[in-house]
Amino acid sequence: MAAKFETPTLKEYIEIPHVHPGAMAESKSYAAKPEHNTALGFPGELVENWEQVAVMKLGDLVSKSRALQVFLDSCVKCGACTDKCHYYLGTSDPKNMPVARQDLLRSVYRRYYTTAGKLFPKLVGARDMTKDVLDEWYNYYHQCSQCRRCSVFCPYGIDTAEISMAARDIMDAVGVGQKYSNEIIGKVHRIGNNLGLPEPALADTLEGLEEDVKDETGVDVKYPLDVKGADVLLITPSADFFAEPHVDGLIGYGKVFHAAGISWTLSSHASEAANFSMFIGSHANLKKQAMRIREAALDLGVKRIIVGECGHAWRVAYSFWNTLIGPFDFLDRRYPVPQHICEFTYDLIQRGALRFDKSANDDKVVTFHDSCNVARASRMGDMPGGQFIIPRAVVQASVNKFVDMAPETIGEATFCCGGGGGLLTDELMEVRVKGAMPRMQALREVVEQHGVTHIAAICAICKAQFTKILPYYEFPMDMIQSVHGLVSKAIRLGPVNE
Amino acid sequence: MSAVTVIYVVLFYVATAIFLAGLARKVYVYARTPQPLKIPTTPAPTTRAGVWMRMAREVTVFESLFKSNKWIWLFGWIFHFALLLAFFRHLRYAITPESFLWPFVSLELVQTAGKYGGYAMVIGLLGLLGRRIVVDRVRYISSPSDFLMLLLLLGIAGSGLMMTFVSHTDIVALKAFLLGLMLFDWQPLPASAPLLIHLGLVVVLMIVFPFSKLLHAPGVFFSPTRNQVDNPREQRWVAGWSAEPPTSGRAG
Ligand code: SF4
Ligand code: SF4
Repeated sequence: MAAKFETPTLKEYIEIPHVHPGAMAESKSYAAKPEHNTALGFPGELVENWEQVAVMKLGDLVSKSRALQVFLDSCVKCGACTDKCHYYLGTSDPKNMPVARQDLLRSVYRRYYTTAGKLFPKLVGARDMTKDVLDEWYNYYHQCSQCRRCSVFCPYGIDTAEISMAARDIMDAVGVGQKYSNEIIGKVHRIGNNLGLPEPALADTLEGLEEDVKDETGVDVKYPLDVKGADVLLITPSADFFAEPHVDGLIGYGKVFHAAGISWTLSSHASEAANFSMFIGSHANLKKQAMRIREAALDLGVKRIIVGECGHAWRVAYSFWNTLIGPFDFLDRRYPVPQHICEFTYDLIQRGALRFDKSANDDKVVTFHDSCNVARASRMGDMPGGQFIIPRAVVQASVNKFVDMAPETIGEATFCCGGGGGLLTDELMEVRVKGAMPRMQALREVVEQHGVTHIAAICAICKAQFTKILPYYEFPMDMIQSVHGLVSKAIRLGPVNE
Repeated sequence: MSAVTVIYVVLFYVATAIFLAGLARKVYVYARTPQPLKIPTTPAPTTRAGVWMRMAREVTVFESLFKSNKWIWLFGWIFHFALLLAFFRHLRYAITPESFLWPFVSLELVQTAGKYGGYAMVIGLLGLLGRRIVVDRVRYISSPSDFLMLLLLLGIAGSGLMMTFVSHTDIVALKAFLLGLMLFDWQPLPASAPLLIHLGLVVVLMIVFPFSKLLHAPGVFFSPTRNQVDNPREQRWVAGWSAEPPTSGRAG
């Protein structure tokens, strides 16, 4: 890999860097083409009176969000969040400190919407809306994976993710979109998934999977598409249909359904769990994308909806679906709506409905990466923190050797993979590699001390990101595993396997 | 009445009006603005009672700050706790022995604690100021107003300490002045320099409060990441734009 930047060296522990202003000023993601913007209902390119439009949009967003109201007023510049962002730790660019990132927007808010900022801009750090400011927004709000690590540590719970979503929403409103996210959202609106896979391609892929599993296990495990009257509609990230190691996860889901004897189906209309509209803070698009899932559930007449392994998709499903596309009174309320695939498998394990041969994974010593949106923005099970317990329990049911990384780097304090929030694009590779440093540091520690060979995750973005960046840190790229890939290896299906 | 008294009487009424009206306006805006989506930072409590507990821990022991940085926590917490002690000590100027609070306020313990609270306040503030100057990350994010705010609070604490430990003020006359303010029966203000400085800075603090980051005080209670119950699957949440009927897609 011919990198134009240096991969950070991993130290014994994470050192807080000194500020290095402008370190990442050159790192920009590609701008969306006009057709990517218009497909989402945004102006194609920078509108003429954009300063005015931007300021108006900002005011509008703030008036409709208590979170923004409170977050923009309340920061005391205490500095507690300054060392909490993996992008700051990895790049030492001070604008990647959560509070400084917020201030890019806050300074404009101050100028136009607060008395202090109107009267004494210099004193309170208020700025006019200029092209430089807009460029800075574009740059640094696309260096935020919206992981919410900072919100855990802020005494007021100020969530930079909310602010970065608002900033991106404003940029879209003036015609400055990000190619990666907007192009993908357009594909979902048009075709139903991020990859633009049409129905025949999906059907083909699933058929192929059935054959592979038959060859491997001798069992007829089904991977059904558009089956009316199935009990369960599975909504999973489209990466699960073909990418490694994602597809092992999909194979695993099918085996679990098979072993439990529960009928299920995928939908070609809603063949995507991911909802990138959250990344760009667009409510209309968020709802429109999610609505396909309600439509599919109604069309297919299912009783339950289960969501596959994807972090932000689970956040959207868990936290927002009921609000955006509910109520789900047409589903079976004996089960949580929606349910995470890990919750589903965990319940079956608890009830003794699945059999495992953990020795199938004895070639591995596994650790688990808590994905940000699962850890800090959603839940599993019925107790707070269930999202940490349940996936680990599923992993531990499938492998004999499991080790956690250092406690201050997992759970609610987990470090981002470095690729979330719409940053999983090649032109941001430097940001992604450097932002992954804290996670890689913690990983190296368990590799060296406990011989960890694999890291399991339940997020499509984490998996894709790790596949790319592990080699930069001299780890093998296939170290990253799907949790249900591990399940798939260990689960015993039928007589042939005994 | 002297000119000084008149000026301070007017200042206090103006400052109180700005403080109360400004704060009420902000609280009204916070309370009225809907939060359309559920965004608690998890792991979050799944019940209302749990949320109260979480909030109580945030405002009494600064739980999140403790997790993030022990130095900021230490100085910040010392400052705020000392402020509380000083507040209790000052209550005696504003209430009469007939008040039901009097037995508490007149306790020797409360008075002594409040006195030393003044020192603690200065220590906490100096610590915070020191970090702002010494730690390059914190210096980077500080604007002039952040320094001025600390200096203002240091000025208030410092002039207060002067009165207790250096040049005593006529407390009886001061109390008469303050009670007079509240009862619209104006009494002369004892003209001692530390007192005039002290009260003057307090007036400034009251005026800037509703326009500054001091809004974190009411703000924390309205922060959705901290005050929302984590129960979106159990209870459908709609507010603001999310309560509007859908404009796209088929409804169920
Ligand atoms: S921790 Fe919160 S209050 Fe402190 S500087 Fe960061 S965002 Fe502001
Ligand atoms: S949300 Fe995550 S990526 Fe964004 S500023 Fe906070 S810690 Fe950094």
